[in-house]
Amino acid sequence: MPLTREGIAYRIARDLPDGSFVNLGVGIPTLVARFVPPDRTILIHSENGILGAGPKAAPGEEDPDLVNANGDYVTLMPGASLFDHALSFTIIRGGHLTHAVLGALQVSRRGDLANWRIPGPRVPGVGGAMDIAVGAQQVWVATTHTTDQGEPKIVEECTYPLTAARCVRRIYTDLAVLRVEGEQLVLEELAPGVTVEEVLERTGTRLTVPDVVPIMEVPAEFAGIPLLAS
Amino acid sequence: MDRVVATCDEAVADIPNGASIMIGGFGPPGIPVNLVQALRRRRLRDLVLIYCGGGTEQDGIGGLIADGAVRKLITSYPTHPGASAVRERYLRGEIELEVLPQGTFVERIRAAGAGLGGFYTPTGVGTELAEGKEVRIINGRAYLFELPLRADYALIKAYRADRWGNLTYRRTMRNFNPIMATAANIVIAEVDELVPVGGLSPEEIETPCIFVDRVVVVPREEIRRVALESR
Repeated sequence: MPLTREGIAYRIARDLPDGSFVNLGVGIPTLVARFVPPDRTILIHSENGILGAGPKAAPGEEDPDLVNANGDYVTLMPGASLFDHALSFTIIRGGHLTHAVLGALQVSRRGDLANWRIPGPRVPGVGGAMDIAVGAQQVWVATTHTTDQGEPKIVEECTYPLTAARCVRRIYTDLAVLRVEGEQLVLEELAPGVTVEEVLERTGTRLTVPDVVPIMEVPAEFAGIPLLAS
Repeated sequence: MDRVVATCDEAVADIPNGASIMIGGFGPPGIPVNLVQALRRRRLRDLVLIYCGGGTEQDGIGGLIADGAVRKLITSYPTHPGASAVRERYLRGEIELEVLPQGTFVERIRAAGAGLGGFYTPTGVGTELAEGKEVRIINGRAYLFELPLRADYALIKAYRADRWGNLTYRRTMRNFNPIMATAANIVIAEVDELVPVGGLSPEEIETPCIFVDRVVVVPREEIRRVALESR
């Protein structure tokens, strides 16, 4: 069974080591924070000047001066720090974040990322995506394996405008975990009940498939949240 | 040395048509909403705004754009759902947009304030935002050259000020404000509270008064309550 969006976030959270400094993009990446194992300290960075962002504020307890980069009214964890945008992007571009988890429109076999703009008559807006993609020590992508229309999002070459070239290390989808290794995209894990053939069929480029591909350790649910799609 | 002016309207009274104006803020925090509303009442034309978002009706920046006061917006993320005015005007070809990666946006402003002639950044290399920009290989890595970005005016938001214009910020109100304060000819700060000179501890002053030309006090009761509760 493929993973739910929360299932993808759960799987990613298992891979973030204690002491990580992580920026989470919009969409599935945002969900990662709620699945961090309780025995690990992970500081969430937000572009607008937070290191150590906590969960969203309870209704009625929002501080009007405290939002994250999504515009959500959030809280601060003990030990959090606040700073201006220049320092925030010193953290990002200067290679100080250990991980960034980003959404994607397309990722190529070599780890090129397209996630900021769909061509056409639209207002372009990039935000911090390009800085984070070039700056974080490890860029991981969290995405569904295909679009809602079933088109592969993992492709030979990106056709959408690039965010950054060769920046992605790992791709976590509802079907699989993939690792970029130079020119090769290696199938590392399968979602429970998903076959290698199904993954290959929904991938728009060639994959390197080891003899044995482990099955992800993801339970059917976590704290009442379904992690596997029915 | 008294930088305090009585009203927002007075603070923006000399801004001419065609001026370049930085506006601080990211999300609601740190937007000098009352200065923006006063600017809107001036009914100016041909402004160049330097603002990270796209502006909404609530923050007043979307209103300035809807009014047709803005010729060009230098920005990073004008795409949020509330930014309807910039979307409509851009698609009709009535506003020029210069879109920058957010780190490049703030660093160009920082460079101007710091007296630098520009900088090389790895951000944007190989993308369509690199078009027309010099590429240089430094220690084996490709970088883009980016120019400093100055403005005639900066409208910023801070938490507390003294009459000299020393400023403090709270929570995520800082964002672009302390940086923009260094990079404009005239810097106008909207603040929640005025305290006597000497009433701010020197360690907490993030924008020293050397950068600030005008201070307007617009109390926010909501913030006073939240700030007291969170002490």
